[in-house]
Amino acid sequence: MTFDLIVNVAWKEEILDPAGQSTTKVLQQMGYAVDNVRIGKQIRLQVEAQDQDRALEAGREMAKRLLANPVMETYTVQVVEA
Amino acid sequence: MRVGVISFPGSNCDDDTLNALAALGVEGVPLWYQQTELPPVDRLILPGGFSYGDYLRSGALAAQAPIMASVEQAIATQAMPVLGICNGFQILCERGLLPGALRPNVSGEFLCTWETLRVVSVPQGFVGLKTGDLLRMPIAHHEGAFAVEPGFLSTLFDQGQVFLQYSDPDGQVHALTNPNGSVANIAGISQGSVTGLMPHPERAMAQYLGSVDGRRFLKAWLGEEDQ
Repeated sequence: MTFDLIVNVAWKEEILDPAGQSTTKVLQQMGYAVDNVRIGKQIRLQVEAQDQDRALEAGREMAKRLLANPVMETYTVQVVEA
Repeated sequence: MRVGVISFPGSNCDDDTLNALAALGVEGVPLWYQQTELPPVDRLILPGGFSYGDYLRSGALAAQAPIMASVEQAIATQAMPVLGICNGFQILCERGLLPGALRPNVSGEFLCTWETLRVVSVPQGFVGLKTGDLLRMPIAHHEGAFAVEPGFLSTLFDQGQVFLQYSDPDGQVHALTNPNGSVANIAGISQGSVTGLMPHPERAMAQYLGSVDGRRFLKAWLGEEDQ
């Protein structure tokens, strides 16, 4: 079966995010009462697997080995309901 | 002495690195990232550049290139001396051959500046460098802020793996001499026979370029005393 996965990758809390800081400033200049913008990545993929658990397992393995860097990033993996 | 220089798609300091080796009278062997086996070489350099356009994270995709399995094996079985410069440093960290990671500069800017580097611990195999020596070399990067997992920094220092720190011209290391937000001003580290640094020694090979310290650095890595 084919499963659609979403992998969300985010900077760890202690890692400074200069792109997020710049975006925070511009949003504030635009008049929004906003703070602490953090910019991550969303990666969508299609996985062939026997069942949903194995699809998630494959997604987590790919996230751990390549899609995220565990030194400075965290990740979540979820299945997109068709 | 034969030194392999690995080109990845997007490497752009490979020719400069080969020229730097030639200037030192060392035979450089151009290698391609798709190669699965290494030819007979004594040492390897992963040069600077923007492999895979820095997609995903700097160095992350190149770290999985076919040749990297052979590099990893050569390090494990023969203690092959491997030097990663800038993007090469990022690739070695992403492959797990060096600890830590390189994150975006705190300023959010691409930095292209001359820096003074202070030698903290001399890596395995380097000749003619000692703690406290200062080297003047340029940096050119957007993702050069060295980061480690919380609690790991003191281990790096204790194990003598911190190689270079950004300092002032007198060798003082402090916040004002930190160009990119690296933890503890770290510009280069080592692990066994593997060394990585963000500055570019191949761009500091002659006085008319601004410094000859890159020549001194590469000779030290090659195990040759500088005259």
